Amino acid sequence: MARIIAGVASSHVPAIGAAIDNKRTEEPYWKRVFSGFEKSKEWMEDAKPDVAIVVYNDHASAFSVEMIPTFALGCAAEFPPADEGWGPRPVPVVKGHPALASHIAQSVILDEFDLTIVNKMEVDHGLTVPMNLVFGSPKEWPCPVIPLAVNVVMYPPPTGHRCFMLGRAIRKAVESYPEDLRVVVFGTGGMSHQISGPRAGLINSKFDKAFLDNLSKDPKKLTRIPHLEYMREAGAEGIEMVMWLIMRGALDDKVDEVYRFYTVPASNTAVGHIILENKRKAAGKHERKLKLKRAAARVKADVRRG
Amino acid sequence: MSRTPQAYDDIPGTFVFDAERAKEGYHLNMFCMSLMKDENRKAFKADEAKYLERFPMTQEQRDAILKRDYNRMLELGGNIYFTAKLGATDGHSFQHIAAIMTGSTQEDYAKMMLGGGRSVEGNRSKSGLHAPGKSEKVKKAKPNKTETKKSEAKKAKAKVEVKAKKSKPKSSKKAGSKRG
Repeated sequence: MARIIAGVASSHVPAIGAAIDNKRTEEPYWKRVFSGFEKSKEWMEDAKPDVAIVVYNDHASAFSVEMIPTFALGCAAEFPPADEGWGPRPVPVVKGHPALASHIAQSVILDEFDLTIVNKMEVDHGLTVPMNLVFGSPKEWPCPVIPLAVNVVMYPPPTGHRCFMLGRAIRKAVESYPEDLRVVVFGTGGMSHQISGPRAGLINSKFDKAFLDNLSKDPKKLTRIPHLEYMREAGAEGIEMVMWLIMRGALDDKVDEVYRFYTVPASNTAVGHIILENKRKAAGKHERKLKLKRAAARVKADVRRG
Repeated sequence: MSRTPQAYDDIPGTFVFDAERAKEGYHLNMFCMSLMKDENRKAFKADEAKYLERFPMTQEQRDAILKRDYNRMLELGGNIYFTAKLGATDGHSFQHIAAIMTGSTQEDYAKMMLGGGRSVEGNRSKSGLHAPGKSEKVKKAKPNKTETKKSEAKKAKAKVEVKAKKSKPKSSKKAGSKRG
């Protein structure tokens, strides 16, 4: 049985990608940002997930205003990096996991989440920047990826609660997949930032830090934040943080926060990052069932022995 | 074109890209999208007004594009991820466009960001009706708590904040004509 072992949240600022591509990561400005992800790379090296589900948003790359799906699940075998106006990023082609992706689509649609299925899609910095941050810049990405694109460009994005519940449904789908796979879910975007209009440049560290705290300990509280509050407090584009709640919904209620990093700014944005592990003792129904089976077998044996 | 009033219109200096704006700005955004192709970028740069004829936009939208009035574009249904492609076509970094929208120089804007960004205090609400705690009553914007506490950056930030308050949607026309 497949299971979700952990969740990773990270901002996906395009300038971070540009800094990597233009080899500027050693400059003091960027070093401050990248140094916060060194531990995460080590963690990822140990965790060695078999599949990553990456929740992100497209920035007028794969989707224009012609089509605006609220939740679009990538079921293709591969997803090439998009040309965002200055040529595609020099990152490996993202390999998909069509079998698990289709399984998730089928399961969550029957669970009443009406996903859009995407069988051909290019992926932009929204997906590739967080991957660089935790996987580094390898020749090939270390595991297949299932992209889940969420509309946060046109108002209204899905509510935080809806996102959280979709995370739950994704977890259920993963846990009903027969192959033994260890899955990590990424929530990307945020944290506070506004890049449009005269209020551009808005940052709200207080909001961000409270969000990180609650993401760990009391995510249900976050599911009640209305869109207006995100936009007012965390900037018009800060509303991207609803995507983190899909990741959180896919985890156990109680998690171990293994790492956190926060810095201001990267270009126009507050950078936030957190790693949450499912507690091993409650690592999934699979283990619980096994334990029950073993206990039952012991009882039977005891009875037989009299 | 009068908009349906929305609760989020109360957020200062912000044009929420909602379904109404998406409808109004469809061709403006599709024009920006066309700039993803190099041949289109060249054609646009060769004769901007003529290139814009390919898209059935309003005269106001055309003018905003020709003047590079980014706030006006947003007001008329443009979305920042799309209009940023116009900025890129001009060879500008994103911070350059952000600075223009805030009525600041790029240098001052970059300093403000390094100093912790624009504080939310004093920037929550136009009406002042939304006042969590006492902070909103304080007219003068408080600086953000940040790691970098250069007084210079703070000054730059305060300057930008005042400007941002002034350039509410209604007055963005003026700001644009000043630029143009």
